[in-house]
Amino acid sequence: MDLRYTAEEVAFREEMRTFFREKIPADIRRKGAEGHHATPEEMIQCQRIMNQHGLATPNWPVEWGGKDWSPMQRYIYTEEILAHDVPAPLPFNVHMVGPVIAFFGTEAQKKHFLPRIANIDDWWCQGFSEPGAGSDLANLKTRAVRDGDHYIINGQKTWTTLAQVADWCFVLARTNPEAAKPQQGISFILVDMKSPGITVRPIQLVDGGHEVNEVFFDDVRVPVENLVGEENRGWDCAKFLLANERSGIARVGTSKARLRRIRELARTVQLNGGTMWDSEQFRHKVAAVEIELKALEMTQLRVIANERARGGMPDPASSILKIKGSEIQQRTSELTLELAGPFALPFRDPEEELPEGTNDFTLGFGWADAAAPTYFNNRKVTIYGGSNEIQRNIIAKLVLGF
Amino acid sequence: MDFEFSDEQRLLRDSVDRLIGQAYDDLGHRKKMQATELGFSEELWGKYAELGLLALPFSEEEGGFGGGTVETMIVMEAVGRGLALEPFFASIILGGNLVRLGASAEQRAELIPQIADGSLRLAFAHTEPQARYDLNNVKTFAQRSGNGWVLEGDKSVVVHGDSATKLIVSARTSGNYNDSAGITLFLVDAGAPGLSRRGFPTQDGQRGAPVSLARVEVPESAVIGTVDRGGALIDRVGDIAIAALSAEAVGAMAALHALTMEYLKTRKQFGVTIGSFQVLQHRAVDMFTALEQARSMEYFAAMMATAEDARERRAAISGAKVQINNSARFIGQSAIQMHGGIGMTMEYRAGHYFKRLTMIESTFGDADHHMRLIDRAGGLLEA
Repeated sequence: MDLRYTAEEVAFREEMRTFFREKIPADIRRKGAEGHHATPEEMIQCQRIMNQHGLATPNWPVEWGGKDWSPMQRYIYTEEILAHDVPAPLPFNVHMVGPVIAFFGTEAQKKHFLPRIANIDDWWCQGFSEPGAGSDLANLKTRAVRDGDHYIINGQKTWTTLAQVADWCFVLARTNPEAAKPQQGISFILVDMKSPGITVRPIQLVDGGHEVNEVFFDDVRVPVENLVGEENRGWDCAKFLLANERSGIARVGTSKARLRRIRELARTVQLNGGTMWDSEQFRHKVAAVEIELKALEMTQLRVIANERARGGMPDPASSILKIKGSEIQQRTSELTLELAGPFALPFRDPEEELPEGTNDFTLGFGWADAAAPTYFNNRKVTIYGGSNEIQRNIIAKLVLGF
Repeated sequence: MDFEFSDEQRLLRDSVDRLIGQAYDDLGHRKKMQATELGFSEELWGKYAELGLLALPFSEEEGGFGGGTVETMIVMEAVGRGLALEPFFASIILGGNLVRLGASAEQRAELIPQIADGSLRLAFAHTEPQARYDLNNVKTFAQRSGNGWVLEGDKSVVVHGDSATKLIVSARTSGNYNDSAGITLFLVDAGAPGLSRRGFPTQDGQRGAPVSLARVEVPESAVIGTVDRGGALIDRVGDIAIAALSAEAVGAMAALHALTMEYLKTRKQFGVTIGSFQVLQHRAVDMFTALEQARSMEYFAAMMATAEDARERRAAISGAKVQINNSARFIGQSAIQMHGGIGMTMEYRAGHYFKRLTMIESTFGDADHHMRLIDRAGGLLEA
């Protein structure tokens, strides 16, 4: 047992740090540090920089532009992205549809789509959840009916992140409603968002932003060559995708960066003639989160270090990463909100561009106007990717054997 | 980074588990040992010695086992799982490490063989009523007298202080009572004139004693380490002790969690096993999460207990203790709650784990104490 980074791992971390600091524009990273979302254009810009250096898709098979990295290297890469407030490569492209096509797709699909996915020539969105299929995803009702060389898709998807920007959507649709189990009649289909019959309707979230949408499919015709894997076996793709999605799910780097920022900002917020950082009560709250985060980081490292030794069998400890990681992320957003205090009140429409240097109404606290929206928005992290209650059901069954 | 045990470490784990597991399988037997004058089994202590456990912290050149913090962790987990009563923590973790890190070569040559064969049992007479968890708060004082020293003062709650054959006593040789400088450690015979102690049982079935020193005379050769410099040594051993306690707690928490899972899967009410109820499943998952977080910090403490950077070490060890304490409290309370009435009885194991975990919480600092230390050390982010 040796719990230190090896010299190679330290060198690799330095390489990653240098790359992100030098190649990713500082203004984009600063914006991220202040809690503001990168624009789609900025996300594309960053992913293309990474792709040029072969760093957008390290998790893919080597022949399709992946890296033969150890689990520890993959972890360090992800953490350094988060720790440097770099907009991460678009998860729908890089962690979801890319790996599914690389694993289940035809040669033609791989050749056509994978380079475009890596470079965000196509922006992808995820057509999984429906009004009646959230945690119970297999209950989805969207239908795809074969008509010659096409599927005709009808139905509704919801919570579709950035569908308003997306060029393509990977859709789970029911191709056999007669199947013995609901999971058995589902197919994984690639849909061009420009197809006639698709309507995207925005859902405004409590933070005031437009992040998610409803997507309606009304007799949308999709060529059958856009089926990935076998018809009616789309659930295999979905499970494969969800397993891949775990990468960096604990988001230790995000929480670390936020805590670092909270420590800095607290020294600038006035309190009783001193600053918030003079308040022992506040410092203890921060330290309490740091302890939980350190424990989570060690848990994450245990999982990664054991990955090869366990021969692909998931470590039981890995199942707590989502629960604990999301809770800690929420705690950091709470601390930032508390720090902002009354300066968190002013609402700034995220859609509205302010003239350069204008933040008068936040009384000089440029970061404070993002505190409340981030806090509101972060309620999502214990809901998406399988709510924390669903995660507890999974652990109870698979780890504790109930 | 590598979290796997080596073959030697696995061998150690298996043999310690076998020894302690068998000895403490029967709660009734434990109760009998508890009621003896020593409060533990001397025969079992002899077997610890045979396995080499009592030589664990000492180097092989000095006749020791050459164990580091990982080996300590392995043994202490077994102690926790078994609810062992022997003074391994008091005599070997505290006493042994004070000797290893503080004693002169001459003292080590004399003491280590006796510690290793089990004939010498040590206790650390350090805590005083006004000190609470502050390791540098010492009023007991020592004055030079001829070729030696005279000790005067009162020590409280000396763990296994009643059965130790020698005590390592901290005393002030200069400065104010709460200065970190000016503390000196002395090795004192338990039978020295002027030393009195009165053993009592502790809540978790172990033993403790207040120790009174009324003009106790010791020779110059009784000094462990450097005069006035004992504080730093106490801090170092305190950190090793917290790492060891973390491991004991994780051993106990893991066993208690397993016991609770077994109960949920067998106990029936309303015609079904109670583990079929989601509300209990989710609490069981939260216990599992608390256990894994504690285990992660147990490893972290083992890694950092001997770190050179004092600030990083302080933050890391205190962070581990806070996590261990929080997990111990949650798992202990949840286990009792989910067992219901049976968890409240003396005849069942769960309550004994609960009690030991609760006492570990207030050994070498509770959560509030360590939060203050982390704060002073500047936080855990860069540790």
